[in-house]
Amino acid sequence: MAAPLTVVLIVAVTVRACLFRSSLADLIAERVEVVSPLNAWKRVVEGLALLDLGVSPYSGDVFHETPLIIYLFHFLVDYAEITFMVSSLSSHIVLYCLLLSLIVTSCCLFVDRYLLNPFTVLSCVAKSTCGLNNAIVALFILSTIKKNALLSAIFLALSTYQSIYPVTLCAPAVLYLLQRQYIPVNVRWASFWWFLLQYAFMYLGSLFVIICLSFFLLGSWDYLPSVYGFILSVPDLTPNIGLFWYFFAEMFEHFRLFFLCVFQINVFFYTIPLSIKLKEHPVFLIFMQLAVISIFKSYPTVGDIALYMSFLPVWSHLHRFLRNIFLVSCVLLACSALFPVLWHLWIYSGSANSNFYYAITLLFNVAQILLVSDYFYAFLRREHHLTYGLYLKRKDGSEATLVLK
Amino acid sequence: MRYVHDLQLLVTLTHPKDDFQEELVIRPLQSGDVYASFQFRTLWETDFMKGNKVSHYRLFPKSLGQVISKFSVRELHISFTQGYWRTMQWGQPFMPSPPGAELWVWFQDSVTDVDGTWKELTNVLSGIFCASLNFIDSTNTVQPSASFKPLGIGNVTDHRFLRYATLPREIVCTENLTPWKKLLPCGSKAGLAVLMKSEKLFHSSFHSQAVHIRPVCQDSECTTTSWELRQTLNVVFDLHTSGQGKREWSLFKMFSRTLTEACPLASSSKIYIDITDNPQVSFLHNILSLKIQAVVLGDRRTFSVYDLTEANTFGSMRSLNLLIRWKSSEGDMLRPLLHAERYVAGYGLQTGEIHTLMYNYHPFRSFPILLLDSVPWYLRLYIHTLTVTSKGKDNKPSYIHYQPSKDRVRPHLLEMLVQLPPNSVTEVTVQFERALLKWTEYTPDPNHGFYVGSSVISALVPSMVAMDTNNTKERPLFSSFFPCKEESSYFVRIYTEPLLVNLPTPDFSMPYNVICLTCTVVAVGYGSLYNLLTRSFQIEEPNPRLAKRIANVIRRLRGVPPLA
Repeated sequence: MAAPLTVVLIVAVTVRACLFRSSLADLIAERVEVVSPLNAWKRVVEGLALLDLGVSPYSGDVFHETPLIIYLFHFLVDYAEITFMVSSLSSHIVLYCLLLSLIVTSCCLFVDRYLLNPFTVLSCVAKSTCGLNNAIVALFILSTIKKNALLSAIFLALSTYQSIYPVTLCAPAVLYLLQRQYIPVNVRWASFWWFLLQYAFMYLGSLFVIICLSFFLLGSWDYLPSVYGFILSVPDLTPNIGLFWYFFAEMFEHFRLFFLCVFQINVFFYTIPLSIKLKEHPVFLIFMQLAVISIFKSYPTVGDIALYMSFLPVWSHLHRFLRNIFLVSCVLLACSALFPVLWHLWIYSGSANSNFYYAITLLFNVAQILLVSDYFYAFLRREHHLTYGLYLKRKDGSEATLVLK
Repeated sequence: MRYVHDLQLLVTLTHPKDDFQEELVIRPLQSGDVYASFQFRTLWETDFMKGNKVSHYRLFPKSLGQVISKFSVRELHISFTQGYWRTMQWGQPFMPSPPGAELWVWFQDSVTDVDGTWKELTNVLSGIFCASLNFIDSTNTVQPSASFKPLGIGNVTDHRFLRYATLPREIVCTENLTPWKKLLPCGSKAGLAVLMKSEKLFHSSFHSQAVHIRPVCQDSECTTTSWELRQTLNVVFDLHTSGQGKREWSLFKMFSRTLTEACPLASSSKIYIDITDNPQVSFLHNILSLKIQAVVLGDRRTFSVYDLTEANTFGSMRSLNLLIRWKSSEGDMLRPLLHAERYVAGYGLQTGEIHTLMYNYHPFRSFPILLLDSVPWYLRLYIHTLTVTSKGKDNKPSYIHYQPSKDRVRPHLLEMLVQLPPNSVTEVTVQFERALLKWTEYTPDPNHGFYVGSSVISALVPSMVAMDTNNTKERPLFSSFFPCKEESSYFVRIYTEPLLVNLPTPDFSMPYNVICLTCTVVAVGYGSLYNLLTRSFQIEEPNPRLAKRIANVIRRLRGVPPLA
């Protein structure tokens, strides 16, 4: 709580406003690390222009946003900068409220990490709709923490509607709400199934309503293959910071479908094991799920990374158990600096080739995976110490070391 | 003699009328090059569409007749061009064509599956012309909505039956000329076709051969229709490479052959030499030539006509060789009223901009033009960046038809009707983004770049000279290709340069490495999470020292209890 909320907000707004007005805004909006074919602002404008020309935005392969976004920006296209700034600020305020209720110790020096995170600033200045998605996820988490099941289901439905992957956040939401209502997570209890059914009904009902609303907005189901088909089948191989693009650019045609299924299942299948292991700690589960989605989704951007990184202050008490934090932070910083350099060398100078950029992508993702698994290790270790004591002794009384076996 | 005459009468009575005409137009150009245009026209009054299958082909080539009847083709236009027509130096061509191969077809309205028929048609034409037209598929075929209206008769203008495709990368060579020559009634053995020797024809700045099939009216009331097949070959011989720098051209120098006879099956066989700019035309012997005036492409030009069907054209040597000499200062070329250029702007392999410049050189008249642009799907156009400016001001097109591309399915199609102000340059710009393709989708020489087909600009240009609208009168072939509906303007179609665009390439030697490395990263994630999920923390028992461990192994072998 070193800097009060208002000061942070003012600083953030100033930084963003300066960047919006400078020539850097166009440069940042073109960067592949910050925008992807799914959430680039250029494509939103293109979709609106196609609508003006009388052509369906989904008839081509340029526009992959949901109809509600078209509807929203149809009215707000002239106020785009303000919209994104507001969504960024509101995410921050939501996260602030969230973190305040979650932080166990009083050490919360970096509560404002979301807004001043350079990744978030870049994402906002580029007017990537990732910012809107982050705002919705933040609202979902806040409503879950505030025990409002209906709002939580609605926001989760909105978030899933925009990009499919947040459906895995159902599990932690249900677990959290069950925990708060003192319903044990046991398949034999009727109240467990009853609550699960209620939540599923609210979630699926709101999702159904949103999808039907989208159908009525544009009068056709064209958007389903354009949005969800695009996310799942990855036809566009534009480079980004994820693992999919080069893998599928170099894939043998025969195995393309197989590896596509493997990579997509990879995002979803950690849900069940993680939920079983972390059923007592749904908040950490939310963090883990967000991290897994951001790393393994088909078109990740730095905006997704900013979202799960803003949760790290909640677990500042885990720092003493982290093993690789120095290495990971060095690698992340180095990669973030090298991305634009190697992109320039490949695309503009022609003195490097795609392998250079791909290598940095790999390194960046390895660092993120190490970060997430390190935090998981630290969390589990702390839980172990909470149960068995901090200073463990062996049978002969000497200092013991803990290993995973 | 009488028997032969009776036989001829019998033949003409029992078989439908067909007629073959051939002509060669030689026009000396301002730049010192010489433009030679061959046209061969076969007219046949028959009906391919009705039930009775045509089985006796005389002048009309059988392969094309079968193509028309099998695929229910109403109009077919195919051209193969090597080189780019330089409008500003050479004027307007009689038959415009884009570099590479171009095919556009109007199908009859009885066709139910136009796309399937189109696919089969391109494959059959690929075999007939020995060209790789089988590369024409849905990724480079478009359905123009306003350009390429039928050039023959026909009421149907539903553009569902029109297909247009270009292959800008297609190379034209002797292999394409030979089957083209085979379609002529006399082949390359008699008539003007003997001049078509490939070693000279391809040693030129511009070479274009085309086949145009369309139904035409025989008379002004259009009581009978016949099928017209025109085969055209346009070639521009370069001043310096073929002419050795001298503005002195002869038939022998151009074609390394002289003419000995007209094609016996031709009803007319003529040579036209453009003498508007007063070049000196001389012969080996004295021939009287007819002088005619014809209005072509908005210009009244004077031609010397030499009729090859008359025996005295060939003289005692039984061969015809013309010599044309002209000076560079005499006469000035009529500046073409419409000209277009296109180029790619920008740097790097991420984005770019296509600029199309259209010049209207008319001093006081403005006229509308129809611009057709077909851009492949891997250059993602952003139509919201489309700007049309004339004389620095925004010039909004009155009609825009845009069909966005679908990845790997169809290309972009942009058609616009733009009004060009007099004496001005109109610039059309649109930004695009370059896509990264799958490694199998690149050509074997990926760093050469990818071709974008020429833009097509169709316009009715106001004419300085009154055009002849009587379409059924006997006119030279070169002036009667495009139908003339009104006197004050003539139809012109201009093709811009094709573009060559580089795309970012992945490393083609790395598929296995990439798969392994990426799967390794995913496995690292899986492995660490698996470890943390399935294992629990335990207190570690330290490993004893090495000496103690060896001692324990020996003790175990002896059967003695181990050390602590």
